[in-house]
Amino acid sequence: MVPAVSVHNISKRYHTVDGEVPALDNISFEVSEGEFIGIVGPSGCGKSTLLSIISGLIKPSSGQVSIFGEKLTGVNPKIGYMLQRDSLFEWRTIYKNVILGLEIQNQVTPDRLKHVEYLLEKYGLINFRNHYPSQLSGGMRQRAALIRTLAVNPDILLLDEAFSALDYQTRLAVNDDIYKIIKKEGKTAIMVTHDISEAISMSERLYVLTKRPGRIKLAVDIKFGIENRTPLSSREAPEFRQYFNKVWKELDVHV
Amino acid sequence: MYKQESEEQKKFMQRLKARKRLIAVLRILLLIFIFACWEAVTWFNFLDRFIFSSPGRMLNTFIKLYREGSLFTHVLTTLWETVVGFLLGTIFGILIAIVLWLSETCSKVLEPYLVVANALPKIALGPVFIVWMGAGPAAIITVAVTVSLIVTVLEVYTGFIETDSEKIRLVQSFGASRKQILTKVVLPSSFPVMMNALKVNVGMSWVGVIVGEFLVSKAGLGYLIVYGGQVFQLDLVMTSVLILSVLAALMYFGVQLLGRWISEKY
Repeated sequence: MVPAVSVHNISKRYHTVDGEVPALDNISFEVSEGEFIGIVGPSGCGKSTLLSIISGLIKPSSGQVSIFGEKLTGVNPKIGYMLQRDSLFEWRTIYKNVILGLEIQNQVTPDRLKHVEYLLEKYGLINFRNHYPSQLSGGMRQRAALIRTLAVNPDILLLDEAFSALDYQTRLAVNDDIYKIIKKEGKTAIMVTHDISEAISMSERLYVLTKRPGRIKLAVDIKFGIENRTPLSSREAPEFRQYFNKVWKELDVHV
Repeated sequence: MYKQESEEQKKFMQRLKARKRLIAVLRILLLIFIFACWEAVTWFNFLDRFIFSSPGRMLNTFIKLYREGSLFTHVLTTLWETVVGFLLGTIFGILIAIVLWLSETCSKVLEPYLVVANALPKIALGPVFIVWMGAGPAAIITVAVTVSLIVTVLEVYTGFIETDSEKIRLVQSFGASRKQILTKVVLPSSFPVMMNALKVNVGMSWVGVIVGEFLVSKAGLGYLIVYGGQVFQLDLVMTSVLILSVLAALMYFGVQLLGRWISEKY
């Protein structure tokens, strides 16, 4: 089967007046359809750069990305991108925020709007459709941001530290929430985070990157002996601690 | 939030309302007090009525102007010059800011020119415009436009480039074009900045028009002020200034209402 995402020998160097900064060095991996992949690494290792490259927002210095076997040349409607902050537009209502992507892609059709309606209904935001973002809790805002991404019906979701702006308790709940939605909608996901626990609790495979320039240091398949795993139940599984220690050691954090 | 308001909440709301009323009353009283003092000190000849005028004399002048029928001519002349100057300055200011935002090269090239143009007292160009455009409303409006234009460009452009870069990245990830970034993110998120520029421009265009009228006019409030000063009719000068402040305030509130109306609509 053709992998959903195939990253092939990606390298990236940034150019500044002070010289060249290598950010990523020869990264390769594949993601099958429906998989949830985590990427962790020390800060500044180029994880977010990697995600931007996969999203098509920036071009790699060398190497290539393929989406379902097709070479990526720019922003691709098959890919949905979730950023660190929810970035909801405070001057738009939740409904108007959620259809932003459709507006931009000229896809405001009855079919798509019906799908948006369905998503809002299913994920409990239908009664808040005419509210403004400032009237919603952090968790609900994040859910609205996810629905905004899902509204354009992407096959692949990229999560760039999507939960790091939330406080710890909210974050645990939102992790669970978003994970279930992604699984229910059958999406492929690549998540970048600096939070090891978050990465282990959500991903099926985890890549650990080295310090700058980022290289893949380790790939860990994460399997729990529990049925219907969710981020919260995974955190309680006995294997969780072993995975955590393994990744922690590899990350080699010094203060 | 309880449906049934508690006694404490009611009391709090009452106190809040009472305080608001008190402030409104005090504001009006202060105005009356100033005018009363003014009238009194000139009435008892502590200050010379001829030089300092007085509210009573101003009222008489106002009525005289009204009876002569020249009041509306002067007010309307100044008002339309100001409104036209204000609209042109604001519209062109925002358009130029958009062009600068669209082309970074353009904004880099023009940066030093804008800085100098901003620092330059635009009034100094008044005589130049009079020579170019003749001694008439065109020159006056041009002065008003130059006074407000550069400030608008700088302020609005700063607002544009301070747009949240994550929001821009977000719409880019949906494949937005440069034009879509402008209309979906940059313009709406800079709305408060633009409203602010509009409010500043109200004051700026009044300055431009009055100075323009000082230089060349045959009618208008600026003309009345200069004329009154030359013939030592301080009553006329003070009356014109008072009318001017009322008009400027009305225009300011008009812009504020417009802003509220737009933000409620969108």
